[in-house]
Amino acid sequence: MKHLQRTLPALVLLLGLFAATTALALEVGSTAPDFTLKSRSGENIKLSELRGEVVMVNFWASWCAPCRQEMPLLEELHDRYADLGFTLLGVNVEEDSNAALDLLKEIPVTFPILFDSRNDVSRLYNVVAMPTTVILDRDGAVRYVHKGYLPGYEDEYRKQIKELIRE
Amino acid sequence: MAPREEVAVAAAATDKRARFHWGLLAAGALGFCLPLTAAVLPEDRADALYHAYSGGGLEVNGPSYLARKQLGKYTSLFGNYYVDAISSASIDVVTTASQYTERREEKTLGGDFLYEKTLFNLSFTNSEESDFSARSAAFGISHSMFGDLTTVSLGYGQGWDTIRRRATTGSGTDPDFEKKADRQRYRLGLSQVLSKNALINLNYELVTDEGYLNNPYRSVRFLNGSGGYDYQSEVYPNTRTSHALGLKVLYYLPYRAAVHGEVRGFMDTWGINALIGEVGYVHPLGKDWTFEASYRYYTQSRADFYSDLFPRQDAQNYLARDKELSTYVSHGLGLGASYHFAQRGWGFIDKGSLNLKYNYMQFNYQDFRDLRVEGYTPGTEPLYSFSAHVLRLFISIWY
Amino acid sequence: MSRAPLSSLRRALLLATAAALLAGCSGIEPWVKPYERANLADPIMSFSRDPVADSYVNHVYEAREGARGAEGGGGGGCGCN
Repeated sequence: MKHLQRTLPALVLLLGLFAATTALALEVGSTAPDFTLKSRSGENIKLSELRGEVVMVNFWASWCAPCRQEMPLLEELHDRYADLGFTLLGVNVEEDSNAALDLLKEIPVTFPILFDSRNDVSRLYNVVAMPTTVILDRDGAVRYVHKGYLPGYEDEYRKQIKELIRE
Repeated sequence: MAPREEVAVAAAATDKRARFHWGLLAAGALGFCLPLTAAVLPEDRADALYHAYSGGGLEVNGPSYLARKQLGKYTSLFGNYYVDAISSASIDVVTTASQYTERREEKTLGGDFLYEKTLFNLSFTNSEESDFSARSAAFGISHSMFGDLTTVSLGYGQGWDTIRRRATTGSGTDPDFEKKADRQRYRLGLSQVLSKNALINLNYELVTDEGYLNNPYRSVRFLNGSGGYDYQSEVYPNTRTSHALGLKVLYYLPYRAAVHGEVRGFMDTWGINALIGEVGYVHPLGKDWTFEASYRYYTQSRADFYSDLFPRQDAQNYLARDKELSTYVSHGLGLGASYHFAQRGWGFIDKGSLNLKYNYMQFNYQDFRDLRVEGYTPGTEPLYSFSAHVLRLFISIWY
Repeated sequence: MSRAPLSSLRRALLLATAAALLAGCSGIEPWVKPYERANLADPIMSFSRDPVADSYVNHVYEAREGARGAEGGGGGGCGCN
C-alpha cells in the first residue's frame, strides 16, 4: 500500500501526459494564407484566384502511408463535386518530386498536384501532421482542419464539402 | 557414484537450462516488444520463417509463422506459431549418453489498440515441451508526443513456468518432480528523433525471477580428494533480479543507406555483469535489393556462485557450473540479403520480400573447461570455446 | 528482495515523467516537421524491420548468454496521424 501511495503521483503525472494535446495555429474562421505554387501541368496556381469555390487543400507525401490510402478517396470526392463548385489541391511537400511523380503513376488522380518543395506553404499552414487537410469556404476562410487520416475521414469530408457548397 | 554415468543419463545440456527462459522471452520479443510507432497501428503482414541453429553439438531448427491483420479502425491482431526441433549432443553430454531430441511448440496471440496518439498492446504466449511449460502475458503502452519526435513506452510482462524432469527409466517425466518459477519484466523506453536523419532509442528493463531457477539435469564438479572429481547437483538461489540499459542509434546516410549502433549494459543479483556492443550497416541496391552486415561484441563476468571446479563437496550455499553463467567473450558477425518483390502489388499483396540472414557466433570461455579431453589434472583442462551458425530464411508479404 | 525492484521502478518512472514534462513546458518547438520526415519514414530507418526474424535472433542470444532485457526498439517512422 505504501509503495502504491508513493508510485501513484508519478503514475498520475505520466498518464496526464497522454491527455495533453498540441494547440492548432491555423485559426478556424480566419482567411486562409494566400500562396502560389507550380502545378504538375507546369502552370502556377494562386489560391486567392479560386475564391468563389469551395477549396480543399491536402498536404501529402509519397512516403506517408495514410496519405497513399487517402488519395483514391480524394479523387472520388473531386470527381463527384468538381462541377458543383469544388476544387481539390494536392500539395506535395517533398524536396525531391520524383518519388511523388512515381506514386502518381501508380495512383493516378485528376485534381491539380502542386509542389511545395521548399516547404514554404507547409510552414505557412503550420502542418503538424501528415497528411493535413484544410477545407476553405467560398470566401477563402478556413472552416475545417483535419490532422492525419484514418478510414472514415472521407465521410466527414463529404459532409463538410456538401455543407459548404450549399452556403 | 560414477560421475559420467550420472551426467550421461541425465542428458544434461546447457541448452536445456537456457530454454527455461524461452517462454517469457519469446512472448516478450514478439508481442511484448515496445510498439514501433505510437500514432499508427503496425502494418498488416504475414511472415514464414525457417530458422536453424547449429553450434557446440546442439542443433535446433524449425518454422515460425506470423500473421497480423487490422480489424476495424483501431485494432490490429496477430498470431504466431513457432516450433523448435532440438537435437543435442552438447558438451554436457559426455560419454555414451545418447543424443536427445526434443520438440518445443510455442503459440502467441496478441493485439494492438490505437487511441489517438497512444498505442496499447497485449499478448499471451504458451510454450510446451516434454519437461517444460511456460505461460506468459504482456502489456504495453506507447505514446507519441512533442510533434511525434518523442515516443515514450512502458511495458509489463509476467510469466509462469513449470519445470519437470525426464524420468530416469522408461519414458515420460518423473511424476514426483514438478517445480515452478515466476518471472516479471518491467520495461521503459524512450525514442527520440534527433534530426531529419537520426534516431535514438533508450531502453531500460528490470527482470525479476522467483522459484526454481536451475536446471534439474545439470551438475557441478568438485575435487574429490583423490586426484579426480565428482559431481553433485547444482544449487541456485531462488530469486534473481537484473537490470539492463541499452542505447541504440540509427543514422541515415545521404546516398540512401543506414548505419546503426548499440551499447547495452547488464547487471544482476547473481553478480553477472555484461556489456554488449553492436554496429551494423544497411545498404539498399536499387529498388529490388537490400543488404546488411553487422558485428556484435559480448563480454560477461561470472556469477558469484559459479565455478568450473569447486574445492570440495558442498563448498558453498549456491553452486553453478553452467557455462552461460561463466566469464566469457563472444564475437558475432551477421550478413543479410533481401529481395523485394511485387513492389507494385500482385493480387491482394501490396509488396513482399524474400530474405536470407546468416549469423556466425564465436564463444570463448575464460573459466569453463572442456572435460571431453582426457589426461588432464582436474582444473587444467583446456578452456572451452565453440562457434555457432544461425540461419534465417523467410518470406514476408504485406497486404 | 521484493522491495528493491519496486523502488528502482519508482525512480525510473519519476525520471521518465520529469523528462517528458520538461519537453512539454520548456517552450522548445519540434525541430523536425512532419513534412521533413522522408528519410525517417524509409523502411531502412527502422529499429526492427522484420519482427519475426529479430525476435528469433534475440531469443538465440538470450538462450546462449547470461544477459537479458532492453533489446527493444521503437519510435521514429513517418510520424503520420
